[in-house]
Amino acid sequence: MIGPLLKGMYTTLKYALKPPVTIQYPEVKRPVRYRFKGRHELKRYDNGLEKCIGCSLCAAACPADAIFVEAAENTDEERYSPGERYAKTYEINMLRCIFCGFCEDACPTQAIVLEHNYELSFYDRASAIYTKDMLIVDVPINGRPTPQKVEPGSFDRAIPVMEDPK
Amino acid sequence: MSDLVTITIDGVEVNVPKGTLVVDAAKRIGNDIPVFCYHPKMTPVGMCRMCLVEIGLPVRDRATGELLRNPDGTPQINFGRNLQTACTVQVSPGMVVRTNTPFVREGREAIIEFILSSHPLDCPICDKGGECPLQNLTMAHGKGDTRMEFTDKMKLAKHVPLGELIYLDRERCIQCGRCVRFQDEVVDDPVLQFHNRGRSLEIVTMSDPGFDSYWSGNTTDICPVGALTTADFRFGARPWELTPVATLSPHGPAGSNMTFSTRIEAAAGGRTVIKRIMPRQHELVNEIWISDRDRFVHHFADAPERLTQPLLRKNGSLIPVSWDEALEFVAQKLKGFDGTAVAGLSGDRMSNEDFFLFQKLIRQGLKSNHIDLANGRLAGGDVVAQVGVVNDTTYDLPQRLGVGDAVLVVACDLHEEEPVWWLRARQAAKRGATLVTLNARPTRLDREAAFAIHYAPGTAVETIRRLLNAAKVEVEQSDDPIVAAAQALVKANNLTIFYGAEGITYEESDAIARLLGNLLLVKNGGSGHVGRVNNGLIPVWPHNNTQGAWDMGIHPAFEPGYKPVKTPGRNATAVYAGVANGEIRALYLMGADPVGDGLMDGRGQLKLLVVQELFLTQTAALADVVLPAQSWAEREGTFTSGERRVQRYYPAITPVGECRPDWQILAQMGERLGLGKAPFAASLVFRDLAKVVKPYKGMDYRSLAQVAKQWPDVGGEDLYYGGTAYENRSGLGQQWPITPPKEPFAVPDVEVPVPQGLTLMRIAALYTPGTLNRHTKLLAARLAQPTLLLHPQDAYALALQDGEPVTVAVNSGNVQATLRISEDAPVGLALIRAIPYQPGTAVAHITRVAEFASS
Ligand code: SF4
Ligand code: FES
Repeated sequence: MIGPLLKGMYTTLKYALKPPVTIQYPEVKRPVRYRFKGRHELKRYDNGLEKCIGCSLCAAACPADAIFVEAAENTDEERYSPGERYAKTYEINMLRCIFCGFCEDACPTQAIVLEHNYELSFYDRASAIYTKDMLIVDVPINGRPTPQKVEPGSFDRAIPVMEDPK
Repeated sequence: MSDLVTITIDGVEVNVPKGTLVVDAAKRIGNDIPVFCYHPKMTPVGMCRMCLVEIGLPVRDRATGELLRNPDGTPQINFGRNLQTACTVQVSPGMVVRTNTPFVREGREAIIEFILSSHPLDCPICDKGGECPLQNLTMAHGKGDTRMEFTDKMKLAKHVPLGELIYLDRERCIQCGRCVRFQDEVVDDPVLQFHNRGRSLEIVTMSDPGFDSYWSGNTTDICPVGALTTADFRFGARPWELTPVATLSPHGPAGSNMTFSTRIEAAAGGRTVIKRIMPRQHELVNEIWISDRDRFVHHFADAPERLTQPLLRKNGSLIPVSWDEALEFVAQKLKGFDGTAVAGLSGDRMSNEDFFLFQKLIRQGLKSNHIDLANGRLAGGDVVAQVGVVNDTTYDLPQRLGVGDAVLVVACDLHEEEPVWWLRARQAAKRGATLVTLNARPTRLDREAAFAIHYAPGTAVETIRRLLNAAKVEVEQSDDPIVAAAQALVKANNLTIFYGAEGITYEESDAIARLLGNLLLVKNGGSGHVGRVNNGLIPVWPHNNTQGAWDMGIHPAFEPGYKPVKTPGRNATAVYAGVANGEIRALYLMGADPVGDGLMDGRGQLKLLVVQELFLTQTAALADVVLPAQSWAEREGTFTSGERRVQRYYPAITPVGECRPDWQILAQMGERLGLGKAPFAASLVFRDLAKVVKPYKGMDYRSLAQVAKQWPDVGGEDLYYGGTAYENRSGLGQQWPITPPKEPFAVPDVEVPVPQGLTLMRIAALYTPGTLNRHTKLLAARLAQPTLLLHPQDAYALALQDGEPVTVAVNSGNVQATLRISEDAPVGLALIRAIPYQPGTAVAHITRVAEFASS
C-alpha cells in the first residue's frame, strides 16, 4: 500500500519542480499560428482610407449569411474609400460566423482579413453583432481618419489599384 | 401556313414566321445566340458583332433555279467564307445556321476580348454586377484571359450625370447604341446621341435639362452593361440581395406592371424598403417599359409624414388613440344619423376590395345612397362596360394595331396623362394605323396623326356629334377633315378610341363617351367596332383605379356591376352643397382631400367627419377621426385598368406604424354596424366581391395570378435580351368581358357655356406637384411649375412678355404662373399647366403680378 502512495508522491514532486504545461489564460495568452483565422478586421490604406468598397461580395460568399453590407457613394467632400463606393453599414454576426475565411477570399481589395483575435464571447445576442466601428482597424500613424475631404478629382478610379492608392 | 419558314439551327428544325431574324428563331428553340446591341423591340443595327454565326443557304442552279443536291439527296449548302450577324439576317427557306463551331467560338472570343479591352472590369462595385449581360456572356463565351495590356485601357469619366435621374459611366459603355436607339426609335425623345468616333466615342445628352424624357429610366434596363444607372438606386444594393415583389403602377390608368426590388435596411431601422422599381413584362399592357413617374414616384410610401396611429378629436385637437377606441367612436356616432344625412366619398386610388367594402358600408351599413368619387372628372364607366376595348388573349406576339387600323384620341394629352398609352398610340401610327387626334389644342401625338383636329373650346360634344354623323354616311372624298377622319375611322379594320377630360366638364364627358360608343357601333358596311380584339373604348381615367371605382359602384346611380340604383343618391357636388347647407351631417371620406382640392369649403355644417388617409391632408386636419391607412406598397389588392384588366399587386414593405389596409378598416367598421364578421384577407373580400359584381364572376386571386409565355423573353436566368425588366411570374390579370348594347346609346343634351373672349383651359403635366410626386426628391427639379401658355397674338393683345409672372383666376382662387408665349396655344385659348384640376374651360382672367398686387 505504501508503495503506490510513494509513487504518486514522487510523480507529484517531479512535476512540481518542472515548468508548468498550462497557460494562465487570460493573464497569459498563447500565441496563434500565422494563418490562424480569428475575428475579422477591416483594413485601411496607409493614408487612412478604408480598403472596403462596399461591394457585398463577402456577404454573398458567406455560407452562414453572417455579413450585412449597405453601400453608399463617396464624394470628394466625404471620402471613405478611394473608389466610388464605400460601406456605410458593415456588420458581422459573430455567432453565425464559422470562420471559414470565404469573405477574405471573395474580397477584391483585401479589405477584410481574419486576424488573430479569438476572444469572442457575449452576454447577449445583440452584442455578437460587430459593427463597422468595431471591425475597422485604427488609422495608421501617417493617415487621416475617414471621412476625408480630398482634392476633387484625385480619386477617379472605380476600384483602387491593388497597391496603396495615391 | 404559307408565311412560315423552316430553317435548321445546329441540326434542329424550327418553323418561324417570314421576316423573323435568325437570333429570334434560335431563341425560340432555346439556342441563345449572344447579343449586345440587338433588342427585339428595336430595329437591328449589327453594331457589336457579338451574334456572329455561320449561315448557309441552299445552292441553286443558275440556269434552272433547281436546288443542287448532294449525292445522298440532301440539298447543298453554301456557308460562305465569313461569319454573319444573326441579328440582321432574316430567315429564308432552307437556311442552315451553325452556332457552335470552332469558327463561331473563335469569333465570339475575339469580340469579347475586344469589348473588354476598354472595359474597366469594376464589377465588384457596378450596379449591374450580378445581372449583367456582359458579365454573363464573358463567362459563357470569353477566353478567360487577354492579350491586351491592362495599363492601355482607356481611362474615362466615371461619374457623368446625364440629368438628375440617370448617371453615365463612360468607361463601362460598350457603345451598343441601345440607349440612343431607344430614345430615338421607341419613345421619340432623341435626347441622347453618339459624340466623336472610334475609341473616343461617347454618349452625350443634348437636352436642357439633361436627358429630358419621361422614359429615361428604361435605358438603364436595356443597357447591357452598368454604364447607365439611376440616381435612385446607384450603389444602393447588389441585385442578388433584392427580393422581387410584383406590383402595379399607383398612378396611371393603364395598370403598368412593375416589380419592386426590396430589401431589409439597417438605415431604415430594420424595415424592408423599396430599393428600386423595375418594369415587369406584360405585352398587352406596358410591354417592358415604364415611365419615370412609375419608376421613381414611390417614396411617398415611406415618407416620414405618413400617419401612424388613429387620431381622435378631443378638446379640439387630434389625439392618438387605439384602433378600438377610434372604430368604436365612429361606429357609435354613425348609428345616430339617418341614412339621408350621411354620405361617403372616395378617392380613386384605392383597390377594388376597398371600394367594394366602402360602398357596402355606406349602402348597407348606413342605408345611404350618397356615394360618389370625391373628384369625378371623367364619366362613361357604364358606356365602357358595353363598348370597352377587347384585348387579345395571346401574349406571344399579340395582334397589334397597324396598317388598316385606326386610333382616335379625344380630349386628352396621352403623353402627359398616361405615357404608356401614348407609346401605344404612337407605335400603332408608326406601324401604319390611321391616328386621329381631337382636342382643343395641339398635343404631342399630333406629330404622328393623319388627322389632327382642333375644335374651339366648348364645342367638343358638337364636334364629335359631327364626326359621328359623318361616319354614318358614305363619302368618297372630302376636304372637311372631320368628314375625312370619320370615313377613315369607320372604314378601319380595327378601331380603338381613347377619350379623356381635357377642357371638358364631367357632363360633357358623359355625352362624349356615349357619342363615341355610338361611333363604335356604326357599321356602315363593315362589322362595327365592338366586341372584337383591339376594338373599343378606353377611358383615360385620371387615376390608377377609377375604373375599379365605377365597377364597384362608387357612384350615386350604380351598384356594383353597373346595376342601377332605385333611388339614386347625391353626387359629389350635391354632397358638398349638402355639407354647406346642413343637409348632410356626417361624411365618410376615403383617400380623398376635397378641402385641399378646393371642392369643399371647410367642414360646413358637418357633425361628423371621418377621414381614412395616408397623410394628414387639409381635410384630415379638420376631421373628428382620422384613420391611418396602408399605402399600396404595404398590402395586397387588385386594381382594374382602363382596359378593364383586373390585376393583382402584392405586399412589399413593412407596414408603417399601426396603419391598416383600407378594406380592413371598413370591414371592422362594418362589423360594428352589424354587417357581419370582418374577412381576414383581401382575397376573401375579392371572393365576396366576385359573387356580387357580375363582370368579375369567375375571377379569384388564383386566376388573376396566372401567367403565360410571352415574347420576347426578358428577365429570365439567361438575361438574353439584357433588359433587367422582370419576367412576369405573378399574374397577367384578367380582362372582364363587355356586354355589347342592343341599341345605340341615348345621348343627353348638355348645356355647355361657351366662354366669350380669351378662354382658359387646364392641361395635364405628368409631374404635376401633388401628394405623391412631391415626396420624390429626385424629381424636385422636374416637377412642372405653374405655367401659362399664350399664343403670341393674345400675349400681344394683353401686352404681356414671355417669362413674366402672371396671376390667373383658377377655380375660385388665384394661381401664380409664369407666362410662356408659344404657338402650342391656339389663338384665343390660354393653357395652364401644373395646377390642380379645373373642369372644363373658363373665361381667362390674367393679370400681371405687379398690377394684381397694387389693385
Ligand atoms: S450606355 Fe449602355 S446602352 Fe448606351 S451605348 Fe453604352 S452600353 Fe449601350
Ligand atoms: S451585331 Fe448582332 S447583336 Fe450586336
